[in-house]
Amino acid sequence: MTETAIRETIRGHILENLMFTDDPSRLPDDASLLEMGVIDSTGVLELVLLMEENFAMKVQDAAIIPENFDSVDRMVSFVLRSKSA
Amino acid sequence: MCGLAGFAGGAAPTPEDRRELQRMAATLRHRGPDAHGIHLAPGIGLAHTRLSIIDPATGQQPLHDGTGAVWTVFNGEIFNYLELREELQREGYAFRTRSDTEVIVHLYHRHGDRFVERLNGQFAIALWDARRQRLVLARDRAGIRPLYHARARGRLWFASEVKALLAALPECARLDPDGLVQAFTFWGPADPDTLFEGVRSLPPGHLLAVEADGSQTLTRYWDWEFPDAGAPATFASLDEAVDELRALLLDAVRLQLRADVPVGAYLSGGLDSSGIVALVRQAGIASVRTFSVTFDDDEFDEREQQQAMVRHLGTEHTTVHCTRRDIAEAFPALVRHTEAPVLRTAPVPLMLLSGEVRRSGYKVVLTGEGADEVFAGYDLFKEAKVRRFWARRPDSAWRHLLLGRLYGYLPHSPVGTPGFARAFFAQGLEHIGRPVFAHAPRWATSRRALAFLSPDLRQRAMAFDPLAFQERRLPPDAARWAPLSRDQYVEAKSLMAGYLLSSQGDRVAMANSVEGRFPFLDHRVVEFANRLPPRWKLRGLTEKHILRKALEPLLPSAIARRAKQPYRAPDASSFFEDGRPADYVAELLSPPRIRDAGLFDADKVAMLLAKCRRGRAAGFGDNQAFVGIVSTMLLHDTFIRRRDAAAPALRATGTE
Repeated sequence: MTETAIRETIRGHILENLMFTDDPSRLPDDASLLEMGVIDSTGVLELVLLMEENFAMKVQDAAIIPENFDSVDRMVSFVLRSKSA
Repeated sequence: MCGLAGFAGGAAPTPEDRRELQRMAATLRHRGPDAHGIHLAPGIGLAHTRLSIIDPATGQQPLHDGTGAVWTVFNGEIFNYLELREELQREGYAFRTRSDTEVIVHLYHRHGDRFVERLNGQFAIALWDARRQRLVLARDRAGIRPLYHARARGRLWFASEVKALLAALPECARLDPDGLVQAFTFWGPADPDTLFEGVRSLPPGHLLAVEADGSQTLTRYWDWEFPDAGAPATFASLDEAVDELRALLLDAVRLQLRADVPVGAYLSGGLDSSGIVALVRQAGIASVRTFSVTFDDDEFDEREQQQAMVRHLGTEHTTVHCTRRDIAEAFPALVRHTEAPVLRTAPVPLMLLSGEVRRSGYKVVLTGEGADEVFAGYDLFKEAKVRRFWARRPDSAWRHLLLGRLYGYLPHSPVGTPGFARAFFAQGLEHIGRPVFAHAPRWATSRRALAFLSPDLRQRAMAFDPLAFQERRLPPDAARWAPLSRDQYVEAKSLMAGYLLSSQGDRVAMANSVEGRFPFLDHRVVEFANRLPPRWKLRGLTEKHILRKALEPLLPSAIARRAKQPYRAPDASSFFEDGRPADYVAELLSPPRIRDAGLFDADKVAMLLAKCRRGRAAGFGDNQAFVGIVSTMLLHDTFIRRRDAAAPALRATGTE
């Protein structure tokens, strides 16, 4: 999967399932999802599920931190790092 | 317990006035299936539907003082009516009935509008002073019984439920966007606002007087009051306060057992309801009849704790098992009763439970409602304590970890992802200086549902500042109270009065002609608890400390020590079976119907529906939005779209 495909999968999922919109301009890739109010108390688990289901990866508990999940950019790098590891 | 309706003002009564009163009363038959009555005279129309509990033989209403000078219709109970009656008799008042209603008219004669301060009870009262052509509306201190009013056609109209007003005033059948936004934020409209334009809810602890010339005065006769933070203690010791509290609770239960019909109790398995049942036994009732709800899902079910209490207290117990399908099937009936959007389905099982109570031959139940507000039982209070502690040292690496001790019962809690918990709970920390700091996270979660409003409503919703709104409602003294006291005040005035006592209280019990009674909300108990030092209520992170101590001798230690488990029920998942939505959900949430109602954004709702259909709505945000939208669309369908066909008498679901 290319970086672009990963990015589009992540963006599409967040736009549709967390932001309930089809307007891509609402989601800057570097914006904090917490600060935007996009994820609520369980939203993180939805993001983890998205990773595991779409990119055939297993996310360790210790990896569930804002540094890996709190923006589209961070999630993309996290997937790429995991894939290359 | 009953329903009341009527109007004040206008000229000599006409036959149409009588028909109007009959139409209003017909919508309230579920509140009072046992009898009904009307009083019509120049300037006044009073209607009443009765659920006979005290003095079934002679307690009919409307009732007057013997001379026809003072009339009343009344919904609820005056628990200290025997003491008041004795006092009034000593002063020379003659009684014609054995009812609690009659003390109201004589007390008014004796004390004027201050009569209400003498009442210990749960009530909505309409009183007509014929000589002065003056109407008085009064509502109990906590907000247990509802009372709505509206001005139209030169009259003031009033009723126990909005549907009775709509029967006479079709012009009020328009949704008030402010009421909708409040309901989606605070879980219920904030009185005096309601979901309906022009319809006002009389706030708890208030009295509204309307004079012959039409001028009106709203008076707050009681409020939750707390001592200044750091004020000298008014108790000699904790042990002494514990003993005093136990005696007071026993007296509250003793008074609330007054009825000429048998009284049952709800037994959830938690400290509060278990304590009430134990107190009922202390009050001399050896075998208590108890009722509870069970669920399929371990996440919600408490049957083990319930059975432990049943064995310990030797009660005769009935459970109602509630499935997801039961919730979906009963949900439309629920919102016809609540007349307000709900964000959770939790009221539904309680409506099914009251049906079972009624079928078992009971029409009165005592419950543990109110203990969490009065004695600081909610996680929200603990969460606020930790967040305040954390805010003193925001860089602390460990202070927020205390939050891990809360929410253990939630399968998808942020606590389960410690790396994120810190960032998540840090949201709203910037509000640390604000009096409503504790509630900011809850309201932020609820408000996620506002994103689904149609664009123009959404704009209005975004302009609404819930923090400032609630801060304006705080009494001036609140600035000097301890933080926990302020948190309790906001909780009692927002969630408790606006949702728990209404959509999840009065409405779901009265749906089946059952009266709930709440000893923890006896105003003497509230006043006592409010004087306690905050640390006796929330000790460290142990909630309801003093209440545990007071009930300890009456309960098995496992129950007395048990941590609070919030009452919840399956939400969005209830409305789907094998990925298919219930028929009415598919219909009401279809893009044409959403667009037709004009309240929500059809595209967004379609995406939320798709997510829920896939079983992917895990968080409170999505679930509350979904339940809120379904309930609002049902309300719109019932009260606005089909209004002409509507206005039918709501049948009590359990009594037919």
